[in-house]
Amino acid sequence: MADILLRGQDITRRWGGLVAVDRVSIDLRRGEVHAVIGTNGAGKSTLINILSGEIPPSGGRVELLGQDATGWSQPRRAQAGLGRSYQRNTIYPGFTVFENCRLAAQARTPRPWHWWQSAQACPDSTAAARAVIERVGLQDVQQRSAGLLSHGQKRQLEIAMCLATGPQVLLLDEPLAGMGAEETERMLALLAQLRTSHAILLVEHDMDAVFRIADRITVMVNGAVIASDTPDAVRASPAVQAAYLGGH
Amino acid sequence: MRSPKFLFTAAVFALLALYPLVAGQFGVDLVTKIMIYAIFALSLELLVGSTGLVCFGQAALFGIGAYAAVLLSPESDAANLAWLLPASVLAAAAYALFMGALSLRTKGVYFIMVTLAFAQMAYYVVHDTPLGGGTDGIYLNIKPVLAIGGATLLNLDHAASFYGFTLAMLAGVFGFLALLLRSRFGRALAGIKANEQRMRATGFATYPYKLAAFVISGALAGLAGFLFAVKDGVVNPELMSWHLSGAVLIMIILGGLGHLRGALIGAFAFALLQEFFKSEAVFGAFAKHWHLGLGLSIIACVALLPHGLVGLPAQWRARLTGRTPRGGTGPAQGAQHG
Repeated sequence: MADILLRGQDITRRWGGLVAVDRVSIDLRRGEVHAVIGTNGAGKSTLINILSGEIPPSGGRVELLGQDATGWSQPRRAQAGLGRSYQRNTIYPGFTVFENCRLAAQARTPRPWHWWQSAQACPDSTAAARAVIERVGLQDVQQRSAGLLSHGQKRQLEIAMCLATGPQVLLLDEPLAGMGAEETERMLALLAQLRTSHAILLVEHDMDAVFRIADRITVMVNGAVIASDTPDAVRASPAVQAAYLGGH
Repeated sequence: MRSPKFLFTAAVFALLALYPLVAGQFGVDLVTKIMIYAIFALSLELLVGSTGLVCFGQAALFGIGAYAAVLLSPESDAANLAWLLPASVLAAAAYALFMGALSLRTKGVYFIMVTLAFAQMAYYVVHDTPLGGGTDGIYLNIKPVLAIGGATLLNLDHAASFYGFTLAMLAGVFGFLALLLRSRFGRALAGIKANEQRMRATGFATYPYKLAAFVISGALAGLAGFLFAVKDGVVNPELMSWHLSGAVLIMIILGGLGHLRGALIGAFAFALLQEFFKSEAVFGAFAKHWHLGLGLSIIACVALLPHGLVGLPAQWRARLTGRTPRGGTGPAQGAQHG
């Protein structure tokens, strides 16, 4: 069996009487892009929030790198190798692109007893920041204030900040939202490159992109999984056709 | 080539060092008080401007530093500064640890209210118990000295010595915070202010960072309180009142949030405006209504200067060149402090 880096088993989340996520099980393997699709309100983002530790599940279990991480805080999961991006940009707009990435990389080396060390004189985090900036292709704007970037560049920076923490698992919430055709192609090329060394969960509404890049697709409706299979099998599924894809 | 910010700060400290040579007793006394306020404002700037934590109970930490200085001093002998100062600062830091550990579990307006509640608790302890001498407060009979062996190196009873000591403390606090905010720890605080959700997702457990900032801020407020108690030789519950917490918040807003210089400028602006509107020579009998003039001028400053006094040069430049000042509509999240 391929290397399972993140496993969610029977994940459930209730908000009062509403079941936002209903006994969802999902495996993320190294070398795979696992897409989760569904209409707005299907529970995709809630699922990411649970897997990343941002909200606790009402039931179920999360395993990260073979360890039970259900009770772990979000920072602990991130330290263990889980990176996530958000639907909306969560960059630090007042910082430069470089400082955004450097600060993210600093989390890899917390060094609580070296907190006095000058941020600029920290060789580990500055080297890691330079590497991820180059990897996502933002080196020309690395000294620019992040708030002044184009939307596509901000999305790239969001991914760069994830990568700066050195994750093995990436949970990407709509990384292509609002991007133009050229920016989408660039992002897909980056994801294809990242796939070789990471397990990637991709929540995305751009179906063309999803069917091009995903190795496996899980379809959610009203918090529950109605299909989880290869892209071809999902495309052919009558249940998925009826519930979500229409004539795609 | 040093930056204009550095040159401005160096010039301010040079002027402060030379000021006693040209000023009378009143002027020296006033500027000493303002420098103490500036230390107090810097302590709050670390929380509000640098970490995004709007604390409305800073006066409690100031007051605890002040009360500790008086309560720990012997009645008929001068205490040694070498232990009295650290003890007073530690007392404030200890209360800050208690206050921060609980209040940092809340966010937003709840954090503001909980910090206010902690300050009111401390206020009523000194107001309603024999410990703090009630509304009259308690007196510091003999001011501390710095002595080694039998030799007195510094006597804070002398106005000039006390002025120099306060200036040294202000410079030390300013330099300490400037270094702190450029450190890995300081950048983490800036990240928490800009987007705590992202910081946690990146792997920063933000609570210990915020608590450490709270305790450092409390210790610095305690230092300011210590100096205030030594300067006036008396402490009373008003040092812990919410009015003072509000006043110090106004100082840093007036000066410009997110800048250490802002706290410095804001403390001077606030205290000088206060003196101006209290002046009977200028306002005659109306001077007794000085709160009105002070309030109106602060409203005008905040409305006309969204970046505070520290943003005034940029605003003038923008007006001359027709460009929007850098930083948009609020203090830049990644602003380099200084």
